[in-house]
Amino acid sequence: MRGLFLASACVCILAVGVICYFLFANGLPFFSQYSVVGFITGTEWAPLRGVFGILPMIVGSFVITLGALLLGAPIGVLTAVMMARFASGRVVRLMKPAVALLAGIPSVVYGFFGLMLLVPFTRNTLGGDGLSILVASVLLAIMILPTIIQTSQAAIEAVPDAYYEGSLALGATHESSVFRAVLPAARSGIISGIVLGVGRAIGETTAVLMVAGNQARLPTSLLKGVRTLTVNVLLEMGYAAELHRESLIATGVVLFIIIMAINFVFSFVNRRRVLQ
Amino acid sequence: MSQSVDAGADRRQIDISVPTRGRAPWGSRALKWLCWLAGAITMGVLLLIVSYILANGIPEFFFRDEEGVLRFKDQLFAVRYSSKNLSMFPAIINTLSMTGLSLLFSVPLGVGGGIYLAEYAKPNSKLVKVIRVTAETLAGIPSIIYALFGMLVFVVTLGLGISMVAGALTLGTMTLPMILRQTEESLLGVPMSYREGSYGLGAGKLRTTIRIVLPVAMPGILAAVLLSIGRISGETAALIFTSGTGTRIAGLNDSGRTLAVHLFKLQEEGRAVGASFAVAVVLLIIVVLMNALSAYVAKKLTTKG
Repeated sequence: MRGLFLASACVCILAVGVICYFLFANGLPFFSQYSVVGFITGTEWAPLRGVFGILPMIVGSFVITLGALLLGAPIGVLTAVMMARFASGRVVRLMKPAVALLAGIPSVVYGFFGLMLLVPFTRNTLGGDGLSILVASVLLAIMILPTIIQTSQAAIEAVPDAYYEGSLALGATHESSVFRAVLPAARSGIISGIVLGVGRAIGETTAVLMVAGNQARLPTSLLKGVRTLTVNVLLEMGYAAELHRESLIATGVVLFIIIMAINFVFSFVNRRRVLQ
Repeated sequence: MSQSVDAGADRRQIDISVPTRGRAPWGSRALKWLCWLAGAITMGVLLLIVSYILANGIPEFFFRDEEGVLRFKDQLFAVRYSSKNLSMFPAIINTLSMTGLSLLFSVPLGVGGGIYLAEYAKPNSKLVKVIRVTAETLAGIPSIIYALFGMLVFVVTLGLGISMVAGALTLGTMTLPMILRQTEESLLGVPMSYREGSYGLGAGKLRTTIRIVLPVAMPGILAAVLLSIGRISGETAALIFTSGTGTRIAGLNDSGRTLAVHLFKLQEEGRAVGASFAVAVVLLIIVVLMNALSAYVAKKLTTKG
């Protein structure tokens, strides 16, 4: 039985190995026919003419993620502070399942919500056609909230009470004790929550596809549409063939490398926390 | 408590009164209100999404007939989908079978792996570290990469074609790390004395693990399985190129859309908004149900342990 248990534990290793192998084995041949630099820095995406530049998608992914972060991180961290240090037990008992539910709502439902409510709202108030960077960022901000809240809250609650009590004993108010003594001590946990949120935002596909407009061009305004790396794959894989298809898998490779880099940052931050 | 928060430490007087009494400096009050505002936004957003979907979706299940009597729109649950009735019934059945098939793959492997990590492995061995890192990596991979993986490996290389099995294997891989990690954590939470008591009575390692330790950890594992069900029924991107968008009740080797894929396709085809809202309601109910059940069994674990 021990061997059987060991084997099932090793399936994780196998899965990561297989994912890497197949992704790279199917994506890298593309670069024997198309230059890496041209692929990554090219600003034009015209598969029918054999032009594959994914810079607009790379920029698109990062712009939307940045927007989601600017909105989601402060709200998320402050919500976590509120749940960990300000709210009464009753409020927390109400909010915890609410945050879990926010995490559980499927991305296609988020996308549908965005398409039905946020897109027309933006179109009517700010102009443009509504399918925009702005809406995608707002939607992603909502989607990464639970990740940031749950991780930050756990980090804040893990700070020893002595930090808080010591600050109180020095005459600081409750608020400044929380923000000046507890929060800095929970910093690396909070940062790792935000990094996880970034990973989620960059990897999100369905919801973004439904509200971002998906034009493969460098974004010029928050109200213009944009296409992300993830959307590029989902949108065109259905009918792509030959070099076009390989270029989409290569897009996946670029996305995979970005995600791995983020994971690396995450485990680095985490390791420092453990060492502390 | 009259000086501002920004006053230097040297000018700070020692104040032994309970700090929340009296009037706190404005900076402190502002911070407090900012926190409450953030919490209110979080709750407000959730309420907005849920109430918007429910308010627009629930009426879609009913219609008024010629006499103005409110009736249930049972065409939404017709056995066969057509572009006229937009029935979600096949999608519901496909969601159920997709969930069952995926769990058939991920639960035995996840629980087995978790048992190995918690009960058999030396805590700091190289292998355990590699398993942990790869499980973390799997958990962080976005669903569109799983879509490529499933398509390249199961659909093309293993020749399964666009089928329920291919989709289930893809989602099984996706939910594996969550079940593995939760199993390990639940097992580690079982007190050592349980194992010692069992050994003392002459039971072996395997018997102790299966009969004594695993049942105690079961609620934690069950909670992870329930969350996985929520994740599987909500997944779209990973399924579109693996189990596809077939509109019928699918057999193992057929293409079949789950509810989430159904909603996605309805939107893509620009079909009736009403039917989409109805599907969104069902999806939302599934997620709420799974979350509630999961929280309930997890609570059972904490009150028992």
